[in-house]
Amino acid sequence: MEYKQTRQGYVDALIELARADPRIVVLDADVSKATKTCDFEKVFPGRFFNCGVQEANMMSVAAGLALEGFIPFATTFGVFASCRAGDQVRNSIAYPKANVKIGATHCGISTGGDGASHQANEDIAIMRSFPNMTVLVPGDYEEARLATRAAAGMTGPVYIRLGRDQYPVVREIHGEFVIGPAKLLRDGHDLTIVTTGIMVSEGLEAARRLAERGIFARVLHMPTVKPLDEHALLEAARETGGIITAEEHSIIGGLGEAVTGFLSGVAPTIVRRIGVRDVFGQSGQGQELLDLYGLRAADIAEEAARLLVTAGA
Amino acid sequence: MLDPAKLRSLEDKAREVRRSIVEMVYRANSGHVGGSLGAADLVVALYYHLMRHDPRNPKWPERDRFILSKGHCTPVIYAVLADCGYFPKEDLCTFRRPGSHLQGHPYHVKTPGIEASTGTLGLGLSTGVGMALAAKLKGERHYYYILCGDGEMQEGQVWEAAMFASKYHLDNVIAFVDRNYLQTDGWCEQIMPLDPLASKWEAFGWRTCEIDGHHFVGIIGAVEAAKCERGRPVMIIARTIKGKGVSFMENSPAWHGAPPDREQYERAIEELDHGV
Repeated sequence: MEYKQTRQGYVDALIELARADPRIVVLDADVSKATKTCDFEKVFPGRFFNCGVQEANMMSVAAGLALEGFIPFATTFGVFASCRAGDQVRNSIAYPKANVKIGATHCGISTGGDGASHQANEDIAIMRSFPNMTVLVPGDYEEARLATRAAAGMTGPVYIRLGRDQYPVVREIHGEFVIGPAKLLRDGHDLTIVTTGIMVSEGLEAARRLAERGIFARVLHMPTVKPLDEHALLEAARETGGIITAEEHSIIGGLGEAVTGFLSGVAPTIVRRIGVRDVFGQSGQGQELLDLYGLRAADIAEEAARLLVTAGA
Repeated sequence: MLDPAKLRSLEDKAREVRRSIVEMVYRANSGHVGGSLGAADLVVALYYHLMRHDPRNPKWPERDRFILSKGHCTPVIYAVLADCGYFPKEDLCTFRRPGSHLQGHPYHVKTPGIEASTGTLGLGLSTGVGMALAAKLKGERHYYYILCGDGEMQEGQVWEAAMFASKYHLDNVIAFVDRNYLQTDGWCEQIMPLDPLASKWEAFGWRTCEIDGHHFVGIIGAVEAAKCERGRPVMIIARTIKGKGVSFMENSPAWHGAPPDREQYERAIEELDHGV
């Protein structure tokens, strides 16, 4: 299996975009080597602004640049973008619909060795609670590249969630990227696995394993967590019954709760959430933490089997 | 220089604006009257003398921009914008009411003439600095006038913006601290001391001066001097009296965010119309 970084997809897209559009500028807060925006700086030094260790100021400065017609990509780690600068994202960007794109790297438990302080497991919950905010959670390098291009192409605030580690390349999710629609990756009638971000590879693998046991799972990938593709979810609930959501994020406030919140009102369905339970992470290698916190194909498949037992009972 | 007739007209305008502030907060039974009255002379000097702007063309690209970083003082900017003709004066009686474009804190999406949404303190200075950077990138020559509160200086983000504007040599930023020494809970120097405030801004690389924020000649002189500065942003520390113009509101923390009752409203209008 080939592995690549989602953050690299983001920055490669920024360089492509900047070549064609002089309005594209990039801001970073002293983590440009980690976020990879240093690659952008090398090509466009005059359109890169290192704000130093000041995430709060960076978000409001980005809003100011947007007010004057630029398309700023404010880039930092997910914990800083969502928690440290949450007020600025809410009041300078989301509320006035500033055309700012937030590139958040080092999201999820697979951030690894830096430990809980740097593993953003709450950022989807925070960002999707802000009105006017679009939340994109691409699944691999190529989807991150395409999502970044799509973000630049729409007017309004967008949060782009990226990781630190190397993640599997998933050919099934390549091709055109449209903000909003879910991607049907595999059809099935017994249940649906809804994935976002890097959990797409685990979701697909879980479906393959379930098929070997005679259980046929639909796999619906949702790189757009907000706005939610309600149509695809309703169809999945009606046609397949139970739903498993899989995200590299807390089970509180993320994709799982978005799906549950929508379906409970229109087509009550058993929804089981795979994600980080209500705990902080710890240091470790990214891949081993995905094992340790139950974010693997095996965990999804096991939960699916249990769900079918519950649904059948 | 300011001729006597112009000076008198600015003073008259400031009195009108103060009347409008008191009326707006009284009618809404909500809003920040003290800080708005205190900043009235600064805002009047900007909109009626210093700034290049066109109320008939609020998005004129070459206009100077004003950003109210002390966003709670919307009454002063709404009074001025309405008087300039950015929107009808009748709108002022919808201040803080559902459906109104006049929100409690500035919201540029809805209000003609408002340049940036602010409210939580510190945002406005950073946003203004970001706008000023954009103007530099585009080679534009207009100015960004940013009005901050002194209590606001306690926000860490203010000093982030201070470093940023200095790093990028944003000499198109002319900011003010409305130095009335009061904040919501009382006296700034007791709650979280700020002095020596001017040396702090100097140390952060800004050209700094201190003026009387109720003296038009001084305000205008300071801004004219600021425009000659090259390579550095400018911070004008304007000593003001919170509640200026209404005797019982002056220098009183009680009038930070409380509306006047009917009797207080009538007394305030009486004082503004005829002097104490």
